[in-house]
Amino acid sequence: MLYGFTWDTGHGELAFAISILPILLMGLITTLEAAFLGFFVACVLGMGFAVLRGARSRLVAWPTAVVIEFIRDTPLIAQLFFLYYVLPDYGILFPAFLTGTLALGIQYSAYMSEVYRAGIQAVDRGQREAAKSLDLPPARTFTHVILPQAIPRVIPALGNYLVSIMKDVPVLSVVTVIEMLNAAKIIGDQTFDYLVPLSMVGGIYLILTIVASALVRLVDVKLPKRGISLR
Amino acid sequence: MHWSNYLEPLARGAWVTIQFTLYSMFFGAICSFAFGIGKLSKNWILRGISIVYIEVFRGTSLLVQLFWLFFALPIAGDMIGIDLRLPPVTAGVIALSLNLGAYGAEVVRGAIEAVSPSQYEAARALNFSSLQTLWRIALPQAIPEMMPSFSNLAIGALKDTSLVSLITLTDLTFAAEQLRNFYQDSATVYTMVLLMYFGMALVLSMAMRLLELSVTRWRGTVR
Repeated sequence: MLYGFTWDTGHGELAFAISILPILLMGLITTLEAAFLGFFVACVLGMGFAVLRGARSRLVAWPTAVVIEFIRDTPLIAQLFFLYYVLPDYGILFPAFLTGTLALGIQYSAYMSEVYRAGIQAVDRGQREAAKSLDLPPARTFTHVILPQAIPRVIPALGNYLVSIMKDVPVLSVVTVIEMLNAAKIIGDQTFDYLVPLSMVGGIYLILTIVASALVRLVDVKLPKRGISLR
Repeated sequence: MHWSNYLEPLARGAWVTIQFTLYSMFFGAICSFAFGIGKLSKNWILRGISIVYIEVFRGTSLLVQLFWLFFALPIAGDMIGIDLRLPPVTAGVIALSLNLGAYGAEVVRGAIEAVSPSQYEAARALNFSSLQTLWRIALPQAIPEMMPSFSNLAIGALKDTSLVSLITLTDLTFAAEQLRNFYQDSATVYTMVLLMYFGMALVLSMAMRLLELSVTRWRGTVR
């Protein structure tokens, strides 16, 4: 029994599959929650990294570049274990789910900062010059001129990372988060039938990523490209 | 415990990680070219197989694939009366390679498609067979274009090997977990592990850079 649902092992594979579907869908909810929360953390943190990386002072920009490279080059699972075991040593006690989403967010913030940076650099130079000649302070230039033009262009790329995050959520199972794959694994451990639950998880993932990728493409097509510079 | 005491067990784990990375890169490259070229095939069966393979392995999580091969495949084999129990090492290499190959296949396909159409027209005008066109015209120009993406995939392959620790393989992540269980010194152990992964990634990206430089000359002088 898991999430209050019991599985039916006495009436063949189909009855078994139907009986565990609600459990896997509960797991799917956890997967999606973790993915969206991690995505949110990554969006915010990634922007922070992008701003620091683009700073004029090399004292700020270079160490940030090293940190980004370090995060990109080390596996999520090692970062997750690090956070999960080391944070409590410093008195920071998060539930496993939050630590997991934090790890997801940190890992993907490194990728997203590159996306933001590319988007910011793609904004026409004339826009900065115009803002300067209008005596707009640099901070306002960034928030009111550069970002509104950069963000819409990078949204498809960010969306693709959301899909990737969904596929990385199962890693959270190593710190006891019961998301979809872990739920399937638990069912398998108890019924000795791994084939049905794990195949169902694969199928659900396939549907999920196909739908999500289609939505990302749709957003890309429908998104009003606001404030694109006149040519 | 002094940190240097952890070095030996971690180094042994790192060696396993390196082996897994190299194996999955080797077999992943084979899959990439086989299915990437397969997706461009005129034969609809080959094309269909390649598309299904790429979609399935890109559309599901690597960990799901790994668990499926390790836990579910033996049961599937049991049902049709074949012994499909894979040793963990084999399951790990197969899952990593197939996953990497699916991402690589899209890179290969994209690069071959990006070769200028006039190259293909010229090959046809010179009466090249399609195999000759692929081997002598398309690939020498396409492979240099694939290298930046392959570098990223190689780093990804290194990072993904950390998941094999979940099917009882004693890689770097597994070694770290064992040390932590034994000495409870998680800060030191995991800092070292992260640094070791970082070091391996830097060496790997340098190696890929060298490979990139050596294949760039295939592009020839005509650009």
